[in-house]
Parts: sequence; C-alpha cells; structure tokens
Amino acid sequence: MSLAVVYAVLFYVAAVIFLGGLAWKISSYARTPAPLKIPTTPAPTTRFGVVARMVREVTVFESLFKSNKWIWLFGWIFHFALVLVLLRHFRYFQEPVWFWVDLIQPFGKYAGFAMVAGLLGLWARRVVVDRVRYISSPSDHLMLALLVAIGGTGLLMKYVAHTDIVALKAYMLGLLRFSIQPLPADPVLLIHLALVATLMLIFPISKLLHAPGVFFSPTRNQIDNPREIRHAQGWTAQIRHDA
Amino acid sequence: MAKTEFDTPELGEFQLTPKLHDGVMAHSQPYIAKPEFQEALGFPGELEDGWEDRAVTRLGELVDGSRALRVFLDSCVKCGACTDKCHYYLGTGDPLNMPVARQDLLRKVYRRYHTPAGKVLGKIGLAGLIGAAEMNKEVLDQWYSYFHQCSQCRRCSVFCPYGIDTAEISMAAREVMDSIGQGQKYCNEIIAKVYKIGNNLGLPEPALVDTLEGLEEDVKDETGVDVKFPVDVKGADVLLITPSADFFAEPHIDGLIGYAKVFHQAGISWTLSSYASEAANFGMFIGSLDNMQKVAERIRTAALELGVKRIVVGECGHAWRVAYSFWNTLAGPFDFLDPNYPAPQHIIEFTHDLIQRGALTLDPSANDEYRVTFHDSCNVARASRMGNRPGGQFVLPREVIKSSVNHFFDMAPETIHENTFCCGGGGGLLTDDLMELRVKGAQPRMQALKDVVEQNQVNYLAAICAICKSQFSKVLPYYGHPMDMIGSVHGLVSNAIQLGTKQ
Ligand code: HEM
Ligand code: HEM
Ligand code: SF4
Ligand code: SF4
Repeated sequence: MSLAVVYAVLFYVAAVIFLGGLAWKISSYARTPAPLKIPTTPAPTTRFGVVARMVREVTVFESLFKSNKWIWLFGWIFHFALVLVLLRHFRYFQEPVWFWVDLIQPFGKYAGFAMVAGLLGLWARRVVVDRVRYISSPSDHLMLALLVAIGGTGLLMKYVAHTDIVALKAYMLGLLRFSIQPLPADPVLLIHLALVATLMLIFPISKLLHAPGVFFSPTRNQIDNPREIRHAQGWTAQIRHDA
Repeated sequence: MAKTEFDTPELGEFQLTPKLHDGVMAHSQPYIAKPEFQEALGFPGELEDGWEDRAVTRLGELVDGSRALRVFLDSCVKCGACTDKCHYYLGTGDPLNMPVARQDLLRKVYRRYHTPAGKVLGKIGLAGLIGAAEMNKEVLDQWYSYFHQCSQCRRCSVFCPYGIDTAEISMAAREVMDSIGQGQKYCNEIIAKVYKIGNNLGLPEPALVDTLEGLEEDVKDETGVDVKFPVDVKGADVLLITPSADFFAEPHIDGLIGYAKVFHQAGISWTLSSYASEAANFGMFIGSLDNMQKVAERIRTAALELGVKRIVVGECGHAWRVAYSFWNTLAGPFDFLDPNYPAPQHIIEFTHDLIQRGALTLDPSANDEYRVTFHDSCNVARASRMGNRPGGQFVLPREVIKSSVNHFFDMAPETIHENTFCCGGGGGLLTDDLMELRVKGAQPRMQALKDVVEQNQVNYLAAICAICKSQFSKVLPYYGHPMDMIGSVHGLVSNAIQLGTKQ
C-alpha cells in the first residue's frame, strides 16, 4: 500500500471520529438539562447581555484575565495564533482560495512562531509553578507536546525543509473528492500530518472539549432572571403547582 | 477526627499564596450521619457491600441530569488559574484544596467509568495517563475529607475561563456519598429537624412564640414602642422567612429586631410562620434536588396558608441563593403573590426601597461608636442579585449601611464584591467537628480585615448571612478580635432607626 493510501485512510478515520465525536458530544451537552439557574453573578439580565459575555469569554478570555495575567497572556497568544494558522491552512483545501485567506497570509507567517511561543510559555508554567505541576497528569504534558510538535514541524517545512505545496494541495483537494492523488514523501510533512490526525482523533475524548464546552457552561450562558421567569428543565420540569 | 490541636494561621503584610503542603488536611472530616437521619432523608443508613458500583452509577445519573456537571467535568484544561483562589487552599496549603484538584477527585472517577478514553485505558491499566482512577475506599475517604472542605462559595467559578463551579462538583460528590450511605451528620440531622419541627434549630412553635414575646418586651423596654413580632397571622401583607438563628443567636437577633422596627415604621403588616420558620435550605449543601425541593415547598405552603401578598427573606447567604435563584423553580410559580413586588424580596431590598422613598427615619450618629466594614457573603455576591441591576447585591447593602452609620470603610477591592472571600464556614461546614478548617479557611478574610482595622480603626464587621455571623463570632477571637465585632446590617439599622415615641 502506498503512503498516499495509508494517509488517506488515516485522515478519513480521523475525520469521522473528529466530526462524529464532536457532534455526539455537542448534542449530549445540548440534550443534558440544566435543572437550576446557576449563572455566576453579577450576570447579564438579558439575552443580549449573555451573548456579549460569551463573546468576551471566547475572544479575550475575560475571566482568565481577571484571574492570572501570565496564563492569560500565553494562552491568548497561543489561541489567537492558532486561529490565524488554521485560517491560513484553508489554502490547501480550496481552489480558488477565498480572498480573505490570501489577505491574512502575511500575518499568518509569524503566527506559527507565536503559537509555539505561547505553548512553551504555558508548558513552562506547568513545570515551574508548583501548583500547576501538581494538577498536571501525563496527558496534559502530552497535549502540549503534540501541539508544539505540530507547530514545530510546520515551521520546519516553512523555513527549512520545504515540501511540494502544489502536490500536497492536489492531494488534499483529492481527499475531499474521494480521489487519492500522490502525496509528497517528505518525512517532516508526514510527521506533521500524522500528528494532525492524532489531534483530530483525541479531540472529542479529551480536554479539548473545552472549545465546545465553554458555550454550554451554565454559569456563563444563563440569564440572571430567575425571579422574573420561572426556569424548569429536566428534573425540575416535573414539578407542578396549580395554585 | 475533631479536636485536634492546630495553629491559627499567621497574618502577614499581605495575602500570601502558600507552598504545597501535601495531605495536611486529610484528617479533617466531619462526623458521619447516623442511620436514622440518613433514612429520614431517603438515603441508605450506612455503607453496604457493592457501594463502589452504586457510587459510579449514581454519578452517571447525576451527570445525565446536569449540564453543568457534564460540561464542567469534560472541559477543565488544567490551566491552573483557579489554584490560588480558594480560601481553604490559601489558609491550609493543602493542594487538594485547590479547586481544580478538588474537582479532580471526582473527575478521576468520572473519567475512569464514564468516558471512552477512561474505559479503554482503565482496562489496560493506564488510567493514570489521563488522570483517571478506580472508585475505592481510599478515594471515598478523600472525597469525604475534601468535599467537606468546600463551602460552595463559587469564588473559583468567577476566575475559571469556563466558569467551572467547584460548588456544583462538591454538591454532586456529597449526593453520591449520601446515596451510598455515607452522609454528613451536621447537614443531614438539620434537614431531618426541618421536616420534623420546621426549622434548623429544632425550635418548636410554643418556644418560638415565647422567644418572640420576650423580644417584644425587650424592645418595648428599650424604646418605649410596641414593636410586634407576629407569628402565624393570617392575612398579613408580608411573610418573613428568616434563618432560625435570628430568633436567638447573637448577633443575629439584633438583625431580627431591626427588621421588626423597619416593618413597624413602614406600617406594613407582616408575620413569621411557625411551619416554615427557617430560610436556610441545607438540601443545597448536600446536593440533593429532592430534599432541596421538599424544604422549599414548605415556604409555598406557608405563604398560601397565611394568604400573604409578599415574601421577604431575612439576612442569610446560601438561603438567599436558594430563595432568589431556585424558589421559583422548586416551589413556584408565585403568581398568587402581589406582582408589584419581586418574589421573593430580600430584606435589604425591602429596607433600601423604604429608605429611597423616605419612609424611614434614620439617624446615623446613633452608630457613631462604630467604624464599619462590610463582608460580602459569598452566595449573595456570586449566586444572586438584589435590585434591578447586576451587582445590586453589592450596592444595596452598602447603601443601607451608609444610611445608618457615619463611618464606613471597604476592605481591599480584591477581597470584596465578586472577589469576596467566604467566611470559612459556609456550605454545611459550620460544625464544631470542622473547627480547624473553619479557622484556617477564614484566614484570607481575616487578612483583609486586619488591614482595615489597622488603617481605619474598623471595629464592626457587618454581614448579611446567618452562617457568616456565627462563623465570625467563633473565629474572630482566634485572630485577636473580640467576638462581638461581627454584627447584622439590620442591627445597625435597628440602632439608627428613630421610632419617635420614646421621649
Ligand atoms: C472556542 C474556542 C476556544 C476557546 C474559547 C479556548 C479557550 C481556552 C482557554 C481560556 C484556555 C486556558 C488558558 C490557556 O491555557 O491557554 C485554553 C487552554 C487550552 N486550549 Fe483552548 N480554547 C478554544 C479552542 C481550542 C482549540 C481548537 C484547541 C486545539 C487545538 C485548544 C487547545 C488548548 C489547549 C491545549 C489548552 C491547554 C493549554 C495548557 O496546557 O496550559 N483550544 N483554551
Ligand atoms: C491536514 C491538515 C494540515 C495540512 C495538510 C498541513 C500542512 C502544512 C504545510 C504544508 C505547512 C508548511 C507551510 C509552508 O511551507 O508555507 C504547514 C505549516 C504549519 N502548520 Fe500545518 N497542516 C495541517 C494542519 C495543521 C494543524 C491542525 C495545525 C495546528 C494545530 C498546523 C500547524 C502548522 C503550523 C504552526 C505551521 C507553520 C506556520 C505556517 O505555515 O502557518 N497544521 N502545515
Ligand atoms: S481555572 Fe477552570 S479550567 Fe483552569 S484549572 Fe481551574 S477549573 Fe480547570
Ligand atoms: S467553591 Fe469556594 S470553597 Fe469550594 S473550591 Fe471553589 S473557592 Fe474553594
């Protein structure tokens, strides 16, 4: 079996587990009832206010900012850079490429470094700060190792061991159309891709569930209006009073 | 278990984050509930063979029934932002008192039995890789220690990027322990008393009536005014639901006198209920929706029977959370009450409203001997609201205090409002068998208090929670303050209010 086929199978399996697992998890969050009103107050008293709170949490990590400036700084750099890197990667999956994907390419160039730097900062805290070391399991270190390795191999390709981007793009577009094209056999690329597939495989069964989870967190997404509107879900939906 | 020797933490120049001291609080466990009280609440009397499986199953049921629990157990990234936020960690240095570590005690069992990764890795002996672990006696022991070292104050939840609330996790763990027969004595006996007698103190109706008559005489002697303390008066406008400690604990009782004077001057008829003579709802502490609902139901029954138009809740923290956030869900709708008033209304909202409308005559100079600071009670601050605007729970009590005193000083901003530190005795821990924990857990609040005592000569710590008041009167002396430094906000109102018929 050729490498192209092995990687194709790997990616198809990874994609199914990633998308299926995520859909399963998200639907389980959506289906699980929140029997009581438990927003952490002071909380917004309107739907609009809750959306604004959530936007702040997701874009600028508001609560984290209140809590610890170092984690916030490293964490925010890592995530922001990750977004840029991922958007930049769109170009391997589209033909023609959307204009804004082209637009961010120059910024994206540095994002790879920022991403790795942020990760290393977080990792350093995990090793150096006794409290964070205490709460870390092997998987927490492995997760950082995985992301650093993905970033590292990506940067290697970009600056040192270039790969055949045109062929890679043809391969990726092929996968989207269920047709297997030749895959450049550069070791760095193969490692990059294998690690990315690993990331997709573990995503729905690991702490990376924080990404969908944050949107479902009742302490952040509930409106503070329990006196005005009677809340009832799940267990509490069975309570009946006919006054 | 109880009565071990311990040192009161030392206060320094500022709040320090301690180094880790592994296991220093492992011995701190409350007494286990006797079978009769377990059974009164619908739980098995004691641990029986096969409890491990039942614990795992019950945990699964709880996760299925609570989005919060499911999301919280999955989402923590171990970022560490919460690790220095819990007063019990700050006061003891025990790493298992870091909120995330406390959660992990439950999360490791959840991961092992209720996630795909844990099921697979657990089978091949690699559970430790992802921080998963088997349910066994050692784990149960840790649960019993450390889930009774969480006052469910929600401070960690403010600082977590996903709002993970360790209080929810502690409640779930306590419910699991109850459901396998290992409940906590203090909470479960109290709930059993509420069912039997109507309040936490086990104060029966005749004794309650007696106490209140005594209070009427005291107030009459002191002010010359006939301030009433009515019980079970049908057709009164307001039903007052207050923590039973208000009936005779110090300094709570001054608060009750304050409420009565406010009602008197406002000319609003009110009543207590001997059937529902308790605001506190310990069902929340043990994480039992079932018991919380049953306790809350008593309020509805009393309000309907007495035919009142409004419900006002006295000074209490966790109770106000249950009243504000949960009553409507558990015992509502309250559509039989007057829709012009919030149901329920906090006594601070009630008094504040009267002050705004000029209905009370307050002379702050009556409190000139006091230099006052205010302790935001954790559950009022982070689990409820007062007034119409977010954050009203910080503004209204301070405005009521400032209308009643001339000298008010806030503690450091990182220790008040949503950042407030728990008194150290909340969430079902206000029992003598946890004295060491209570003293150590009060350390961050005592540190902040020390600063205003030194800088502003503060000599009165005002609070609006029955637990805070009892806890502080017990622990203040450990830190070199007189126990009567703690007082009710309505104790200050009571001093300031001019009933006008004395001379
Ligand atoms: C809605 C999208 C997301 C939000 C709001 C979000 C937010 C956060 C926050 C606030 C933290 C804690 C601070 C920190 O350690 O950085 C965090 C940690 C983390 N996030 Fe995300 N994240 C999101 C998506 C992702 C995605 C897609 C990934 C995966 C590749 C990811 C990987 C991580 C990792 C690995 C950590 C732990 C870092 C450490 O070990 O300290 N996040 N995230
Ligand atoms: C199937 C999916 C992916 C493919 C085909 C892919 C391919 C590539 C290629 C060819 C490069 C070199 C770019 C150049 O030479 O200009 C690269 C760079 C990089 N990749 Fe990926 N990658 C994938 C997924 C990911 C993911 C999920 C991450 C992050 C978690 C990531 C992180 C990076 C980084 C940080 C760089 C270097 C900076 C940059 O060029 O943006 N890659 N990737
Ligand atoms: S702040 Fe939240 S996500 Fe971070 S370690 Fe604590 S509980 Fe986990
Ligand atoms: S809820 Fe309060 S007591 Fe419990 S872990 Fe969080 S900060 Fe500590």
